[in-house]
Formats: sequence, structure tokens, C-alpha cells
Amino acid sequence: MTLAIWLQAILDGAVIGATISLGAIGVTLTYAILRFANFAHGEFITWGGYFALAALSAFAGWRDLSAWLGGPIGPFSFGWPLILAALTAILASAALALILDAVFFRRLRRAKIAIASVIGSFGAALVLRNLVVLGYGADPEYFSREIQIAVHFGPGLRITADQILLVGLTAALVATLHLFLTRTQMGRAMRGVRENPDLAAVSGIDVAGVIRATWAIGAALAAVAGVLIGLTIQLRPSIGFDLLLPLFSAAILGGIGSVYGAVLGGLVIGISESVAVLVIGPEYRAAISFGVLILILLVRPQGILGART
Amino acid sequence: MMNVAAYLVFFLCLALIFGLVCLGLNLQWGFAGLFNVGVVGFFAVGAYAVAILCSPPAADLVGGFNLPVPLGLVAAMAASGVTALVVGIPTLRLREDYLAIATFGIAVTIQLVALNFETLTGGTHGRVSIPRPLTSLFVDRVEANLFFLAMTLAIIGAAYWALETMVRSPWGRVLRAIREDETAASSLGKNAFAYRLQAFVIGAALMGLGGGLYASFIGYVGADDALPTLTFQIWVMLIVGGSGNNKGAVLGAVAVWGLWSFSGWFMATVLPSAFAVRAGALQVILIGLVLALVLVLRPKGLIGEETVVSRGAAVP
Repeated sequence: MTLAIWLQAILDGAVIGATISLGAIGVTLTYAILRFANFAHGEFITWGGYFALAALSAFAGWRDLSAWLGGPIGPFSFGWPLILAALTAILASAALALILDAVFFRRLRRAKIAIASVIGSFGAALVLRNLVVLGYGADPEYFSREIQIAVHFGPGLRITADQILLVGLTAALVATLHLFLTRTQMGRAMRGVRENPDLAAVSGIDVAGVIRATWAIGAALAAVAGVLIGLTIQLRPSIGFDLLLPLFSAAILGGIGSVYGAVLGGLVIGISESVAVLVIGPEYRAAISFGVLILILLVRPQGILGART
Repeated sequence: MMNVAAYLVFFLCLALIFGLVCLGLNLQWGFAGLFNVGVVGFFAVGAYAVAILCSPPAADLVGGFNLPVPLGLVAAMAASGVTALVVGIPTLRLREDYLAIATFGIAVTIQLVALNFETLTGGTHGRVSIPRPLTSLFVDRVEANLFFLAMTLAIIGAAYWALETMVRSPWGRVLRAIREDETAASSLGKNAFAYRLQAFVIGAALMGLGGGLYASFIGYVGADDALPTLTFQIWVMLIVGGSGNNKGAVLGAVAVWGLWSFSGWFMATVLPSAFAVRAGALQVILIGLVLALVLVLRPKGLIGEETVVSRGAAVP
């Protein structure tokens, strides 16, 4: 195989890795602040994508609005309708997460059985996914059926404008989240609860508010990932559930609680999957992140950027 | 009336097979506090073990050794036990949630193997013609099912007796002590990792036994039998029945499998066949709501764990 094929695999892997990173940030924050492995997190990705799809078809049905919003912008395959749909999806997913917490997870936390939240989240994941099947059926959906022409560059590499935007948007979101966590009052409170919830509570930190912020941020980032997957690949009710293992592997690889770790982990998992497909074929793609996970757990269970506990 | 009785026999066979799997999960979770989100993986390993060893030879498929079913069931337990050993060694020393994620991963991997390793598993077509024990004795379908039910009852009875003996023995007390307070148990010289690994492997072997019985009972095993929905169903059975109680595990299996089968039958009669995919989704949603309600309203399940105290101790 030529060098270009390998480089292309790394590039494609980095694009997928960026979406995994967005999901893994939510997993790592939930794990560090709410202290449980949230198996329902993948569903925020699925629901985010489908929320955007629903908003898009609502906009399309409103002819005056569609005309006013116009067609695709510049080199991208989408225009203002998708941008508005994505914003709707972000808000709707955050609301979904907050509702889920208020009616379900809050009660499980109160029960003081740590693992009730985990099994509850596993159940919530299957219910949420099947609600999507109930609404949309199991067939794949697309935001747009237009084929995008890839940009050629370097030694025979291809990338689409949408993919470049995806990577740029992820980087911008991570930088914003970093500023939020380090510069704002709520961000500092979140880090305080992550380090020591009891001490944070007696210091007057609004722990309930921190928990709500964690759900909302995690679900919002997951919704962005869902929209980006719908934009660059396709939507299926199982996209979130299928991404769970890569998400967890990325979060653990980077070190639980570390935002940068989750991003790094997402990129490593995305690139390893993409490169491994060249070697072992696409059938076992989903098992790659499991292999990486077992390797980390054996060698460095605290992750690359995690502190030893 | 005859039909209802015949269906009941068929239903109980499956319910008790899942009861066996649920007993395995109860040892892992109810007594040892090990969170296994990959139940279906161990079940599938057992099912394919029986399929590969006991079925007649077939073109393009490895195995087909025509071995007797009891031997296949022993191999099913061994295969699932070894799988548990491989997952357990790197993860049982770590935080409990890591085991959850790792078991989820092994189940996904086993599902991929079931789907893609066609010479071993038959892929989407699955493996067929898996025999039942002593099939030649029974011509009548109902009698054959009745015999299988008797055999399943005997196996689950033996498993129940063995588990009750184990959890009431000093070994079981150590297991519960580790679950409640690992530091205290370790400070008394108990090797928490070794006890956990034992409970994990024995539990997985029971799941493999359940998978093997399932393959033999249905006569077929395919990639659809390795889906995560089964893990979820077994968990709901355990939570509904009451984890930490072996009677609860079996009761929960019968109750939840009853609800699952009834809701499936009900939707098949009420909804047109074009809605089959959505009806399947509704079934999962219904079971999910049952789980949510039990977790929130009655976290101990129908029968919770019994309080265990030393002989002669004053019960508060």
C-alpha cells in the first residue's frame, strides 16, 4: 500500500476522532462529576442528530422561511437551515438530559446505590434508542443527498469542506469549554465538585446546579457530534449506541475527568480504528476500541492525562 | 386447552433457561457486586460452543462433531468461564465501572465475531440442526418439550442448590464482606481479587450453560442471539426479582419473560405486520419502563436480599 492510503486513513480517522472526542468529553465529565459510567450518553448523539433532522424538515415545510434562509453556503453542503437545526438540536438535547435527570437519575442518586445509576442508564439507553426507532424506523436518514466534491491536496489526499469544518468546530468547542471551566464561576464550581463533592458542598457550591450544568454541557456537545455525523456520514437509530465503546475507551484512555484527555483519546481511537480497518478489514472495526481499552487498562489504567489515585 | 398447556411448557423452558443465566448474574452482581454489562457475550459463547460441538457436520462450517449434548454443555460452561477469566484478570482490580465497560466491550466483540466469522458461527444465517439430548426417545413435539423442561428443571435445581450452599458457606460470607467493604475484608487477609475472579468465572459459566441449553432447545443459534437487548432483559429480571436472592433471580426471570412474551404476542395480534420493527421497539421500551419503575419505587425488587446475621446475634 502506498503512503497516501495510510495518510488518508489517518486523516479520515482524525475526522471521526473529532466526533468521538465531542462525545467522550460528556462521558468523562459525567464520570468525574456525577461519578457513574453513563451508558445513555451515546443516545444524546442519536437524539441530537434526529432533533436536527426533525427541525430541518419543519423548516423545509415552511416555504417563506426556507426561501429567506437560502441554499448552501460557499463550499459547504448545507446552509442556514442546518445551522438553525443544529442550534435547535443542541437546546433540545440539553433539555432532554435535564428532564431525564429530573425524573429518573436524580431519584437513583438519592437511593445511594452507586450502581443503580449505571444500570438505569443502560436501560435508559435502550429505551431512548427504541423511541427513535418508533418515530423514524430503523432505516438510515440523511440531511441532504447531495454529493460533496472533496478537495485534493498534498500527496493525493482528499477531504471535504464539511470535514474541515467538523475538525475546526470541534477545536473551537474544546477551547471554549476550556475557557468556561477555568475562567467562569460555574466552571470552577464544576472542577471543585469533581475534586471533592463533600468539600464543595460545605464550601457553599451549588452542587445541584453543577450537576445540571454537567448534563446540559455533555448533551449539548453530544448533539453537535450527532449533527456532524448526520452531515458527514448518515443517521441511524443505533449511531449513539454503536459509539459507546469508542466513547468510553477514549475517556479512559485520556484519563477520567480530563477534557483534553478525552479529546486526545478520541483522536487516538478514531485514527486507530481507521488505520486498523486497512489491516484487518471493516468487519471488526467496533472491536478495535475494545482492544485499545484492554491495553490501557493493563498498562496504564489511570489514562494518559489522568492522575494516579 | 391443550395448546395453552403446550405453550406453557415451551414458555417455561425458555424462562428457566434465562433463570439460569439470571442466577449466574446474581452470583456476580447480587453477591459479589460485580457489574457485568456483557451477559449476552457469555451466553452466546455457550450457545455457539454447543452448536459447534454437538451439531452434525455442515459444509463451509468448522466443527459439527456430533458430540453428546451433556458434553457440549460442559464445554459451554468451560468456554464462557475462560472468556470471563480473560476479561476479569485485567479489570477486576480496577474501579467497578471499568468492569462494566470492559464486559460491554467483550459482548460487542463477541457479537461481531458471531456476525462476521462465518466459518465458525455461520454469520447471519447462524448454525442450525443443533440436537437436543435423547431426541430419539420422543416423537411427539409436546412430549419432547416436556422432557426438556424436566431436564432444565433438574439443572436449574442443581444450580440453585449449589449456589445456595456456596453463598451460605464461609466463601459466600467473604464474597459479601468484600462487596460491602473491600478494605475491611482485605485487612483480614482475604484476597479480594481472587474471590471476585472466582465469582465472576462461576457466574459466567452458568451464563454459558444457559446459552448452551438455549441453543439445544431452539436448535438454532445466530447473530441475533448475541444482541445487547438480552443483557438488558437478564438485568431487568434480576432487578425485578430482587438481586442478592437466588429465589428472586428465578422468579424475576419467569415474571419478566412472561411480560416480554405476553407483550410480544399482544402487539403481534393488535398491530399489523408492517409495524413489526416498531412493535419490537415498543417491547423494549415497555421493559425499560418496568426497570425504571422498580429501580425508583422498589429498588430491592419483589423479594430482596435476606438479612444475614450470625447465629445467636440480637437482631435489631
